[in-house]
Amino acid sequence: MASDDIYILGIYMTKFGKYPDRDTVDLAAEAVMAALADGGVTMKDMGILAAGCLMGQGGIGQMIQKQVGQTGIPVYNVSNACATGATALRTAIMAIKAGECDMGLAVGVEKLAGVGLLGASSGPKGPGKEWKATGRYGSVANTDGLIGTANMPGTFAQVGMEYGHKYGGATFELFAKISEKNHAHSTLNPLAAYNKRMTLDEIMNDIMIAYPNTRPMCSANCDGAAAAVVVSGKKLKTLSLEQQRRAIKVSASVLTSDPYQEACQVLPDVNTLTRIAAKQAYEQAGVSPSDLNLVELHDCFATAELVHYDNLMLCEEGGAVDFFNSGATWRDGKTPVNVSGGLESKGHPIAATGIANIWEVCHHLRGEAGPRQIEGAKVGLAHVIGLGSACGVHILEKSAL
Amino acid sequence: MTTTQVPLVDYLVLGDKPHLIANECTSCGAKFFDRRNACASCFATDFKKVEIATEGEVRSFTIVTFAAPGVPVPFVAAIINCGGTSVRANIINCDPTPEVVSLGMKVRLATYSLGNDDNGSEAIGFGFEPIK
Repeated sequence: MASDDIYILGIYMTKFGKYPDRDTVDLAAEAVMAALADGGVTMKDMGILAAGCLMGQGGIGQMIQKQVGQTGIPVYNVSNACATGATALRTAIMAIKAGECDMGLAVGVEKLAGVGLLGASSGPKGPGKEWKATGRYGSVANTDGLIGTANMPGTFAQVGMEYGHKYGGATFELFAKISEKNHAHSTLNPLAAYNKRMTLDEIMNDIMIAYPNTRPMCSANCDGAAAAVVVSGKKLKTLSLEQQRRAIKVSASVLTSDPYQEACQVLPDVNTLTRIAAKQAYEQAGVSPSDLNLVELHDCFATAELVHYDNLMLCEEGGAVDFFNSGATWRDGKTPVNVSGGLESKGHPIAATGIANIWEVCHHLRGEAGPRQIEGAKVGLAHVIGLGSACGVHILEKSAL
Repeated sequence: MTTTQVPLVDYLVLGDKPHLIANECTSCGAKFFDRRNACASCFATDFKKVEIATEGEVRSFTIVTFAAPGVPVPFVAAIINCGGTSVRANIINCDPTPEVVSLGMKVRLATYSLGNDDNGSEAIGFGFEPIK
């Protein structure tokens, strides 16, 4: 192992679900304590803490310190939409790369059970006392529902439909089949919020949220936390052989934002920044998409998973529909995608997601994934996207020991 | 009493031929419905007002059936390619079903009343309707 490489030393995710009696600090503390224990280290070893809780108040990092150990290290509270967890992880990685410390901690936590529709603004006001123009667009009423929609299911439905318009073949049934796959995968994941296999009929006939996304095709709002301890290669060499054996190499850590595209002011472009991030990540890691043994990608909606097959270059450009129909992304396929069950069934406690997907990949690379183990997994990719937009891509590799 | 009309948003121009306007970068032609200090595409700082084509085709859509309280559903939210400029709008004056609304469908701008306020001022909204 090279001294300037970065490794995941310890990592953990809580079970995702509903925790009415525990707050964000409780959940984050569980993840932190377990990630430290997994790495065989303590808070005393940490040189930096990066933390995220998108819907919470500021200062989650310091609140976590007070729960598990206050050592005076720098804390970075990060917020980057659904890429918050990946951003926290990358912040810790950058501190190590900058030589400021040799070990760091990243944590993401969210309580979302029962919050309902995300990105929804209230409806247009009826004729009030006076039509008065306000805001950036001089609007006299709330425009969501009058001028298209910015709510999450509707936005990502349009992302998938746009792909269909460009390349064809993206039918309601196809998107539902993607969801069927992820719900089937979730039956093997005891930490998923939902483990129920659903038939195609059940998925297609469930409540329609925003065509073509029915309810089970949307990410599940739930509570959860995930944390990771990262370490420099130089420091790792001084640790035990067992720690070295279980450490997972971070071969690439990339964060991008959305470059200008013609339509990005009316429909967020989740494609270009993902494609750029993937390209950078493959170059950094020196691996190609065909080397990947598993991929955890950001299926916030079934319609999103399809476009990211293409954006992550798992298939030929324009070939995502055929790629899915070939069975490639099922757990026994060529490139298993979302064997955790994905956000649609594992759940999506926003700031935790970008570390939980890394946990899933590490779990397989360590050969510790039990009944859902992808046999012989050596290389994996984790992807998140936060609208606005931010995209995190990490490529992880099994220890050579 | 004469009724004055106000547009739902300031980039909707009312009158005999209602249309949308945008701030166009004089350097690269990128168009923005809101104000920018510099062009998001090329960073130039000069803009001029331009009219957006009132006919276009549906490049993406969704039928929203579950929304925040107060938003009437179902409605068709869409992205319309109007002569090279993408516009966000509802598809109106047709049934909100996937059998009626399709990708690539030709549409044109249409306006409708959002009602009067206490001063008798009428707000006018816009959407795109199928060209039969």
